[in-house]
Amino acid sequence: MNFKLILNIALHLLRARLKQTIVAAIGVTFSIAMFIALVSFMNGLNDLLDGLMLNRTPHVLLYNEIKPSENQPVLLSEEFKKNTNFVRSIKPKDRGKSIYNSKTILAVLKQDPRVIDVAPKVTSPVFFNSGTIEISGIINGIDVLAEDKLFKISDYIIEGKVADLLQNNSIIIGKGLSDKMLLAKGDIIKITTSKGNLASLKIVGISEIGIAEIDNVMSYTSLATAQKILGEPTNYITDIQLNLYDMTAAPAVAKEFQDTFNLDTIDYQTANSQFETGSAVRSIISYSVGVVLLIVAGFGIYNILNMMIYEKMDSIAILKATGFSGNDVKWIFISLSVIIGLAGGLFGLLFGYIFSSIIDVIPFETASLPTVKTYPINYNPLFYGIGITFALFTTTIAGLFPALKASKVDPVEIIRGK
Amino acid sequence: MENNTVLETIGLSKYFYDPVKFQVLKEINMRVNHGEFVSIVGKSGCGKSTLLYLLSTMDTDYDGQVIIHNELVTGKTDKELALIRNEKIGFVFQFHYLLAEYNVLKNVMLPGMKLAKYSDKELEHRAMEHLKTLDMQDQALKMPNQLSGGQKQRVAIARALINDPLIIMGDEPTGNLDKKNSDLVFDIFNKLTQEKNQTLLVVTHDTDFAQKTNRIITMEDGKIIS
Repeated sequence: MNFKLILNIALHLLRARLKQTIVAAIGVTFSIAMFIALVSFMNGLNDLLDGLMLNRTPHVLLYNEIKPSENQPVLLSEEFKKNTNFVRSIKPKDRGKSIYNSKTILAVLKQDPRVIDVAPKVTSPVFFNSGTIEISGIINGIDVLAEDKLFKISDYIIEGKVADLLQNNSIIIGKGLSDKMLLAKGDIIKITTSKGNLASLKIVGISEIGIAEIDNVMSYTSLATAQKILGEPTNYITDIQLNLYDMTAAPAVAKEFQDTFNLDTIDYQTANSQFETGSAVRSIISYSVGVVLLIVAGFGIYNILNMMIYEKMDSIAILKATGFSGNDVKWIFISLSVIIGLAGGLFGLLFGYIFSSIIDVIPFETASLPTVKTYPINYNPLFYGIGITFALFTTTIAGLFPALKASKVDPVEIIRGK
Repeated sequence: MENNTVLETIGLSKYFYDPVKFQVLKEINMRVNHGEFVSIVGKSGCGKSTLLYLLSTMDTDYDGQVIIHNELVTGKTDKELALIRNEKIGFVFQFHYLLAEYNVLKNVMLPGMKLAKYSDKELEHRAMEHLKTLDMQDQALKMPNQLSGGQKQRVAIARALINDPLIIMGDEPTGNLDKKNSDLVFDIFNKLTQEKNQTLLVVTHDTDFAQKTNRIITMEDGKIIS
C-alpha cells in the first residue's frame, strides 16, 4: 500500500475542511490538556500527602514491643504438653527498649542489597524545663545523615540546619514547644530524663511538621547526645528504621527480619493502610475524569468524519473507480482521524504542561503544611505518555467506524445516481 | 483470435431485488477486440449502463463470467479488482468527478500515483503530455472549479488515460456537453483507438456520436439485439 499517497489525500481532504478539523483537534487538545493538568495535580497532591506519612514512617521499623512472653512456663512442662492450657491474667513483659546486639544487626542490614539505608534511633520521653514549668515531650536521638537521607527531615526544619545537630549538645525542637517556652534558636533548653538526669542543650533549629500534636512534643538531637543524656552506652538503640528500594516488598521483608533478628517489626503498609486507600481513590477519580473527557472528544471526531464522508461521497466513488481499493479508502479516513488525534494530542500535552505550570505557581499556604508555598504538581513523563497514547487510541477508534463505512461505499450507486 | 480479445462475457445475468426481483441482464455473451471503438445504445432502462458497470468490475453482484485481457475477473477480491481497474481500465463518466481539493494536474496524476509505475516526476511529464494532446496544458495548475464543463470533461479524459489502460469505458461521456465539445471528445477517442490501439466502450444516448463509431451494440430488455 502506498502510504505516502494515502497520507497526501488525507491531508488534502483535511485542508478542504480546515475549520471543522481544527474544532475536532481542539476537542482533543482540551481533553488531553485537562487530563494532564488534572492527573499531574492529583498526583502532586498525593505525593505531598504521601510524603507527610512516608517521611515519618520507615518502610520497615525494628523495635522491642512490650508484650507478654509467648513461651509461658506451663508450655515447658512435659506433663502438660499434650493438654490445652489456659493461662489467665498474664502481664506483659518489658524486655527493655534497647535492641540487643544492635551494632551487628545494623551492620547486617547495611549489607542487605534490598535496603536503601538504615537509620538507628533512640527515643525517650523527657521533660523540658522552663523556669518552674515542666513540659513533657519526646527526644529523638538520630543518626543525622541517615535520617535526613531517608526521611528528609530538613524539609521540615523552618529555622537552622539539620547538620548543626552534629555538634555536641545541640537540639532541634518542635515549633509548638518553642512557642510555649518562648525559646528561639541559640537559646539553651534544660531537659530532665525519666531517670532524673539533667542536661542543658543548645537549640540549633526549629522544626514544624504541621501536626500540632507532634510539633508540641517532638525534639531531635544526635544519637550520641541522646545516649549521653540518658546515661546509656553507645550501643543503646531503641529503633532501627530502614527504607527499601521496593516499597511493596516491605511486609515480606518485615516478616523476614522479625524471624531473623527476633525483634518486633512493622511495615509501612500496615502502619498506613487507610492512607494507601485514599491515594488509590484519588488516582481513580482523576483518571476517570480524563477518560470521560477523551471519550467526549472521540464523539466529536466521529461526527466530523461521518459528515466528511457524506460530503466526499463523490470523491470516494471516483477514487474507487480509478483503482483505490476499499482498504485504501479505509486507511485514508483512519489517517485523517489519526492526524487529528496526533495534532490535537501533542498540543494537548503542551497545554497540559502549561496548565500544570500555572497551577504550580498558584500560592497555597496552609498552617498544616509549612514548607509548601504553592500547589503541588507531579511532572511525571508517564502521564504525558498515557495522554498521547489514549488520544491516539480514542481517535483511531472514533475514526474506524466512519472509515469502515467509507470503505463500503458502492461507487456504482453514487455514479449512477447522478 | 483469442489473443485479440480484450473483453469477453459468458452468460452474464444481473438481477435487481428492490422493490421486486427483476432480471436486468439476460445471459449476455459478447466479445470486444483490441482497438475497437464500440458504442452501446438502447432505450432507458434496457440495462446498458448496468452492463458497463459489470464490465468495469465495480459491480460484482452478477451471474456468469467476465474476462478482461484473457483473465477471469469474476470472483476476485476487492483489492485485486481495484488493481485491475487502476491498471487496465480508464473511466469517463457523464459527470466529471474531479477532486475539488486537487488542481488539474494532480487530478490527472492521481491514478498514476496509485499505480506507482512511474516516478512522480515522470508522471507529471506524462500528465502534461496528455493535457497537451487535449489542448489543456494552460489550465494544468487551475483548480477544477475554475474550469468550464467541457474543460472539466477533458481533464477527466486525461485522468482516464494516465495509466495507458487497455480499455476506456465511458458512461454518457458527452451527455453534459454541447455539440462542439461532444465532437471534440469523439475525435480524441477516435484518435486513441487508431494511434494507440486502445479499446473504447461507450454507453451513449447520442445517436450522432454512436453512428460514427466502429461498432454499435444495441440493447433491448436486457439482451443484445444487434
